[in-house]
Amino acid sequence: MEEEIRLMKGNEAVAHAAIRYGVDGYFGYPITPQSEILETLEAERPWETTGMVVLQAESEVAAINMVYGGASMGKAVMTSSSSPGISLKQEGISYIAAGELPALIVNCMRGGPGLGTIQPSQSDYFQATKGGGHGDYHLIVLAPATVQEMADFVGLGLDLAFKYRNPVMMLADGVVGQMMEKVVLPPMRPRRTDEEIAEQCPWAVTGNPEGRKPNVLTTLELDSAKMEKNNERFQETYRLIEANEVRYKEFYTDDCDYLMVAFGSVARICQKAMEDAREQGVKVGLIRPVTLWPFPYDAIREAARNAKGVLCVELNAGQMIEDVRLAVGLDIPVKHYGRMGGIVLDPQEILDGFYKEFPEAKKI
Amino acid sequence: MTLDEIKKAENIVAAKPRLLNDSTMHYCPGCSHGVVHRLVAEVIEEMGLEHNCIGVAPVGCAVFAYNYIDIDWIEAAHGRAPAVATAAKRLNPARMVFTYQGDGDLAAIGTAEALHACNRGENIVIIFINNGIYGMTGGQMAPTTLLGMKTATCPYGRRADLNGYPLAISPLIAQLDGSCYVTRQAVHTAAAVKKAKKAIRHAFENSMAGRGTSLVEIVGTCNSGWKMTPAQANEWMAEHMLEKYPLGDIKDTTKE
Repeated sequence: MEEEIRLMKGNEAVAHAAIRYGVDGYFGYPITPQSEILETLEAERPWETTGMVVLQAESEVAAINMVYGGASMGKAVMTSSSSPGISLKQEGISYIAAGELPALIVNCMRGGPGLGTIQPSQSDYFQATKGGGHGDYHLIVLAPATVQEMADFVGLGLDLAFKYRNPVMMLADGVVGQMMEKVVLPPMRPRRTDEEIAEQCPWAVTGNPEGRKPNVLTTLELDSAKMEKNNERFQETYRLIEANEVRYKEFYTDDCDYLMVAFGSVARICQKAMEDAREQGVKVGLIRPVTLWPFPYDAIREAARNAKGVLCVELNAGQMIEDVRLAVGLDIPVKHYGRMGGIVLDPQEILDGFYKEFPEAKKI
Repeated sequence: MTLDEIKKAENIVAAKPRLLNDSTMHYCPGCSHGVVHRLVAEVIEEMGLEHNCIGVAPVGCAVFAYNYIDIDWIEAAHGRAPAVATAAKRLNPARMVFTYQGDGDLAAIGTAEALHACNRGENIVIIFINNGIYGMTGGQMAPTTLLGMKTATCPYGRRADLNGYPLAISPLIAQLDGSCYVTRQAVHTAAAVKKAKKAIRHAFENSMAGRGTSLVEIVGTCNSGWKMTPAQANEWMAEHMLEKYPLGDIKDTTKE
């Protein structure tokens, strides 16, 4: 398969990208607003072309444990869901992190808590970046803002997952999952052979071929001293990821008097609000964290250095703002503007919210 | 017969399977797990599957199965072994994949995963140890605990009005179109051990032939949890457990 330009939904792009990036197995369960990922894969029948396994599991719990099983074998495996389903997957995600296993988990967020709404939200930021499951662990969290990034982050996510032997979450929202845009689908990357897996993943549980000792994938260690060592090894990995993998985009941060910080689809709406403000003579800049963990603390601190105020715009009650405050410190006011319950922002209300929090900006 | 003569291959009537290593087992003396581990190791060895086999360990006493049988293992979260095994088999169909689960793991928290793996007809084997109690956590009530049986969480005996009824998993699984072989065995006598081994071998053969899911239930003892001596536990099991959980094949599509 060659590179191809198509018009499609973000969710469909994830499915096509999964086939083209050589994913070995996808295990899913229907939930709005991400069901197109499973539907598209079933319609594409990749098991007839690349040999990719696609399975609709009996629950999100089963699906994530299938991912755990596949990842234990060194296979490139993924699952996807939306907020309530992601809550159910947290047990498995913790095990995948503890097993130091590569896997990709896509969360196409909807509003919560509880069954909530099927409309878009960003209210799983805490869950994705601060843990979610039990124990001291981190996911690498990628936040796509475009349909293109939903496709690209399948490849990037799997590469990072294997590089660090750590699960990666693509934290999308119902807006990017559902909207249609032009997307450049990558050329076909073949699935890895058994020989390649054995070479790249000597730890993988592949059935103990002759010539090596049995591999055992376990997350249990009853000896506390050994368990602490395991934890220290995990933490070393996290420090390495923090040092190497921070990603963000910045706009007009060189001369900004005010800084906006937003991720995912909201960052694109903020871009328009920022441009409108600049037309009105107010120097607003914007930073869009692409990795929510590791978080771009330094970039935000640097961009806000000469700012009079920072506005954190999110589709939630204020979650990323805690990290923005950690980045900026106490000397510069950091304010939140957001909507909840599935309401999507428009540029004008962001601008209104901005002027309400920073009325002096209008007088410049 | 001298010791050297006894050691000659033609005189050996029983030997420890090579795959069963020399680690000291953590199982209590009298526990059924040790015997079943040995049978699984023997079958894998006799079928020449040791370099083509993946075991999925449960949460419960048998979580450490990987310490004793020298094959590749994945340790699953509580109850999720059939989901883990599903992916392992589908992603590597040439491998022999089996789960080894207790009654808390399979019949309580993992009922959905077990039932759906069997209903999909995954080409895996499920070894299901039913001793009517949670061993690892210290003897609490399991779904399979008999009425009247005392455990740490039904200290006055299990009552149907409070705790519901003992759950017979195998007949449930036998009803599913995806299961090809469902049998209930025990290892409390030499004859039973022989039958159990035959059943495990048949299940493994079904899996490699792609016939669907095989479930081998082994009614076992937990003499520590039951607060009995090993001998008492065997007798009690034969008298009480086998009444509710009678032995024998429940379904075998290969014979139809």
